[in-house]
Amino acid sequence: MPTKSSASGQRLDVRKTYKLYIGGAFPRSESGRSYAVHDAKGQFWANAAQASRKDARDAVAAARKAFGSWSGRTAYNRGQVVYRVAELLEGRRDQFVEEVQRGEGVGKRQAQAGVSASIDRLVWYAGWADKLAQVVGSSNPVAGPYFDFSVPEPTGVVAVVAPQQSSLLGLVSVVAPVIVTGNTCVVVASQTRPTPAVALAEVLATSDVPGGVVNLLTGSAAEVAPWLASHMDVNAIDLTGVNDSGLRTELQAAAADNLKRVFLGPAAEPDWSAGPGTARMRAFLEIKTVWHPIGI
Amino acid sequence: MAAPVLSAPDDEELVSTPSALRRFLRGLPGVDQVGCEARAATLASRSIKTTAKAQALDLAVSMIDLTTLEGQDTTGKVRALCAKAQRPDPTDPSCPSVAAVCVYPDLVSAARTALGNSGVAVASVATAFPSGRAALEVKLRDTADAIAAGATEIDMVIDRGAFLSGDFTKVHEEIAAVRAACATSDGQAAAHLKVILETGELMTYDNVRRASWLAMLAGADFIKTSTGKVQPAATLPVTLVMLEAVRDFADATGRQVGVKAAGGISTAKDAIRYLVMVNETVGDDWLTPHLFRFGASRLLNDLLMQRSKLATGRYAGHDYFTLD
Repeated sequence: MPTKSSASGQRLDVRKTYKLYIGGAFPRSESGRSYAVHDAKGQFWANAAQASRKDARDAVAAARKAFGSWSGRTAYNRGQVVYRVAELLEGRRDQFVEEVQRGEGVGKRQAQAGVSASIDRLVWYAGWADKLAQVVGSSNPVAGPYFDFSVPEPTGVVAVVAPQQSSLLGLVSVVAPVIVTGNTCVVVASQTRPTPAVALAEVLATSDVPGGVVNLLTGSAAEVAPWLASHMDVNAIDLTGVNDSGLRTELQAAAADNLKRVFLGPAAEPDWSAGPGTARMRAFLEIKTVWHPIGI
Repeated sequence: MAAPVLSAPDDEELVSTPSALRRFLRGLPGVDQVGCEARAATLASRSIKTTAKAQALDLAVSMIDLTTLEGQDTTGKVRALCAKAQRPDPTDPSCPSVAAVCVYPDLVSAARTALGNSGVAVASVATAFPSGRAALEVKLRDTADAIAAGATEIDMVIDRGAFLSGDFTKVHEEIAAVRAACATSDGQAAAHLKVILETGELMTYDNVRRASWLAMLAGADFIKTSTGKVQPAATLPVTLVMLEAVRDFADATGRQVGVKAAGGISTAKDAIRYLVMVNETVGDDWLTPHLFRFGASRLLNDLLMQRSKLATGRYAGHDYFTLD
């Protein structure tokens, strides 16, 4: 009651509704469900939207729709767009430090280091956007009158199960390599630590990343990931955040139906602060080789 | 919604003079716009699942007039479309074929040849589609050409200019003339006549109701919402008004007229909403390709993808269905 609070001089907190991020919009879960999220000390923190299979379906449709124009942009432009995400993340550093500190139960200095590493990681991947083709592409010597060259192309729509422990650095480290190369993605965020993912969605929504390029779902990977793994319109899946070996096997089997590319990642969650290398970018590329006749 | 109270209209008397026809059409009860839109929205919220959904998807496939009406159409494209019309899902023999293939008159013979005796009908737009701006002789010749080439269904457009300026008699005479052109010399129907009202240009639901009655009085076998070239094309409320007109016409005269919703229906979800509305408005007599059709091209792929989802339990991908 506004009158009551103003009379007593107290102001009610305006709490954030944690929603999904699909196609550039922030819908609630189609199922209407939510689940309680607790901080590292076990205190209730927020109610996050619990994505259903239909949210996953909508997210895949949005990612597919965004794929044509995102993959059609120049690599240079994609690099600029990802760099811009780093700029915006820097501007909201304090918020992310707080989210990471509370969610992961680490000290302030460690949280700050994690956020800095996340920003640096985005910049690092942004730099790769227009350099990767030179590294993984090639011009091939062939025995014939042809100029023969191989160029990388994005795989398509990639489903990503984000790491369960590292809620920001881990998330950024799996999403950035997928999108800089021109893929679009549907990400299932950490189930117990989803709040940095929702905050990152807000950053993405105000950056230059087109709606649909990154779609973030919060909820249970065990519930949503099988639908993504069997989805015939998903071209690849990253199982980094799936630590249960039974579920891993099940998802790989489902992914085989349309010959999805599967990126397994390490069985246990790695130290994300280590240098990432190019493996994650290479995992979601197709190599196209062209034989161009010459000398005729 | 209560049916408008009508005495059984006597065709002869109604159309005897322009003023009698105008008096009848202007005397039709007005459409309650808010009520109509609310009714359509309520029906659209029905949830159709599992076996009912499977049945609805198959029914919707069998009701499609698979359409290509582009300036860039070629005989090759029409042949490909005809192949798809006969076996929409080549991997699944239980998938029904569509009702008809709908093309421009000059491509009717190509479609006829490609379809053979498959049971899929050849529909052709005629009468200077989509604008309808041509002399009556030209429209009749257009119709006769399409029938001669093998079309068994004719989609004609009404003269919206004449209708909107109140010249109902001219519209009536044109439809009746095309109706006559669709008959063989011994009076048997050589082709089914679908009359396109182009509701996107009729401005009001009242006009849609009047145009529906006008077309039915003139002998239409089907009334069709749109050409697909004008926005908005088929919408649920507009189709509801037409279905009510069809229901009232059947009550008054005993003749069952079909409805074709065309343009802008691209998802299985939309299609099922239309089927719900047909069932709730005119009853399940109309849930057959003889009395209800979808004019669509993209819709078919979405229906096939939904069928595949039901059959396999996993979401389908565009890569596994033909482009069209």
